[in-house]
Amino acid sequence: MKKTKIVSAVSVLGLTAGLAHADGHMANDMTLVSWGGAYQQSQISAYTDPYTAMNDGVTVTWDESSAEAVAKLRAMNEAGNITWDVVDVVAADALRLCDEGLAMEIDADEQLAPAPDGTSAEDDFGDLLVGDCFIPQIVYSTTFGYRTDMVPEGVEAPNDICDVFDLETYPGMRALEKRPINNVEWALLCDGVAKEDVYDVLATEEGQEQALAKLDTIKDSVIWWSAGADTPQLLADGEVFIGSTYNGRLFAAIEEQGQPIGMMWDAQVFDLDGWIIPEGLPEDRLARALDFVYFATDTQRLADQAKYISYGPARLSSAPLVGQHATLGIDMAQHMPTDPENAKNTFLYNYEFWADYRDDIDAKFQAWLAQ
Amino acid sequence: MAYVGPIVRPNLMSFTAPCTAGLAAVFGFVVGNAFGSPFVGVIIGAVFGFALAYVLHQFSVPRTAGRWATIGLLAVVGLLLTNLGGAIAGALIGAVLSWFVYWLDTGDYRKNVPIYYTARETLWYNTFLFICGLVFFFLIAPLLPVMWLSFNAEDFFTFTPEMLSFDPAGYSLKHYEDFLGTDEWMVPLKNSLIIAPIATLISVSLGTLAAIGLSQSHVPGRQWIMAIMISPMIVPLIISATGMFFFYAPLGNWLEANLGLNQSFVGYVKVILAHAVLGVPFVIITVTATLVGFDNSLTRAAANMGANPVTTFFRVQMPLILPGVISGGLFAFITSFDEVVVVLFVGSAQQQTLPWQMFTGLREQISPTILAAATILVTISILLLTTVELLRRRSERLRGLSPG
Repeated sequence: MKKTKIVSAVSVLGLTAGLAHADGHMANDMTLVSWGGAYQQSQISAYTDPYTAMNDGVTVTWDESSAEAVAKLRAMNEAGNITWDVVDVVAADALRLCDEGLAMEIDADEQLAPAPDGTSAEDDFGDLLVGDCFIPQIVYSTTFGYRTDMVPEGVEAPNDICDVFDLETYPGMRALEKRPINNVEWALLCDGVAKEDVYDVLATEEGQEQALAKLDTIKDSVIWWSAGADTPQLLADGEVFIGSTYNGRLFAAIEEQGQPIGMMWDAQVFDLDGWIIPEGLPEDRLARALDFVYFATDTQRLADQAKYISYGPARLSSAPLVGQHATLGIDMAQHMPTDPENAKNTFLYNYEFWADYRDDIDAKFQAWLAQ
Repeated sequence: MAYVGPIVRPNLMSFTAPCTAGLAAVFGFVVGNAFGSPFVGVIIGAVFGFALAYVLHQFSVPRTAGRWATIGLLAVVGLLLTNLGGAIAGALIGAVLSWFVYWLDTGDYRKNVPIYYTARETLWYNTFLFICGLVFFFLIAPLLPVMWLSFNAEDFFTFTPEMLSFDPAGYSLKHYEDFLGTDEWMVPLKNSLIIAPIATLISVSLGTLAAIGLSQSHVPGRQWIMAIMISPMIVPLIISATGMFFFYAPLGNWLEANLGLNQSFVGYVKVILAHAVLGVPFVIITVTATLVGFDNSLTRAAANMGANPVTTFFRVQMPLILPGVISGGLFAFITSFDEVVVVLFVGSAQQQTLPWQMFTGLREQISPTILAAATILVTISILLLTTVELLRRRSERLRGLSPG
């Protein structure tokens, strides 16, 4: 008697599990990982809100863990317990995850939507499709914002990257990111190295010393930041005169919060941000993740995101669809880092160089910081 | 109360005026600092303090009139120098300074010390009170800007000029709206309120049982067992968290695969168990401490009268050690409610707790919504503690332990 009860209970369990699986082949819970803040809000408005409206019963949980995505995915993989479905990472992290086999390889033409005019996804994303696992979403830039009311009298507002290193004309504190990437490139640019030679110089021991020596000239006037929100806060407080951060954060501080901050686009460094899908998801969750990514990276969705934040869509076909800000009603095109007016002098971040030299230069930079 | 002799008014020129000048110089330094010239501030402050004491003493200005006049004068000065905020700061300084003058001048500063105290002993008595006040000030003061800033109308941790001049446009409740009106904060709050009480219940039950067992003298190797049980408190949290992550992950997978439990439920189980482990040492320590004073002949007496061990525990032992159990439980609750490291490792996004949300919010956004959350939590804790204290007094009164 007792045995039959157990047997039937087990079979009922098995049956419901089987039914749940047969029902659409897709899991209904999805955990997305992103960066929090205004950026995540733009993803909610442009991607997940319409997606859940179209797919009844799908619930989305957000985890603001993109900053430590690589470490956490490694741990999850080791423990055999992957709780994330789609993860938003910068391109460099996507490359690392892909190399370590922690992210799934994506066939752009198969698994991503073609452009409305029929151009294949591969051509539509073009060069931005770096690595085999990375699904590009936005182009952002790391650039400078300065307090307009702290510009010394009789001096024009900073408009050259080397103004950051010019303590005489522009006294005051600076905010720079607490890592070598971008900072050492800017330092070399302002120490007489030509733009096309920066990475060749940086590959040498002397070049690295040269960059740190240039940074040393302003070291006492630098506050080092580690989260994108730090610089806007420091600028709003008037604690720094000029600081680097992501252009979308500065846009929010200037246009949405009305802070007296100006943009300095010179030598802005472009970078990419996008999705990866962790390797080893169960079938039903993988199906849901792929379905979501197909939807969220189509031409219209990428263009929609630009209504909420000033990052450029990664697809060529999305650019003409970029319109006005959803609540402020201002034209977004001119606030994009890719706008010709802003992109007069840009610096292209070299993924391969940093993949090879990052650990080495990181160690030197941290040692220099601690001196 | 010690005998208090006739109050003697101290000498103006050698005592009251220089002392007031000293205090006013300190205020002068602070104000001067705000205007970039601290030393000018010190001098102006000292001169003003001296003059104030002289005028109030020489012309025997009545206390009420003298105090209001000083407050009004400094408020106007503050208003002229800056804005409404300056006026309030001026009024506060005026209130303290004028109180100080009368406190010295009328001899009130000796009111609570015996007549035979020397000047040095009196000084020490008042310094002691002053240090006590400072301790309270440094405990409470950091909370006040947090509360004030939580009403900021901007999305930054910045005292705007509007806020400092008490312009209503500088204030808003929008961060409270953010906290109370969005899932971003309400879901973590709900999670914390699910996880903390259940974890507390588990750690209190297990911890109390363990403490009772470990306080029996016949348990072999109880020092060692005790050391192991308390280790979560000693081992750095990040180490425990990493260990727990690798321990609970396969456990969770097994529960999901073999018992067919759903992922989110298993996630809660993992976090609750992990937090219960962290809470157990607190319960063991407090309960063991109360058990030291427990008279074991009571349990033998209960057994003698025919009560079985379970009845003895609930009817005799439990009521006597209850204070220890409750304070241990409070510690366990706070540990779980405040915990951010372990939950970051063990939990998944569905179990996001309030400290986790505060941590990410602070790191990624620096939005004053955190300040609103903190203010609400502080208010709730104050209300809770006040209620508990009032109830305790009431029950003491009912039991006739205190005259009320």
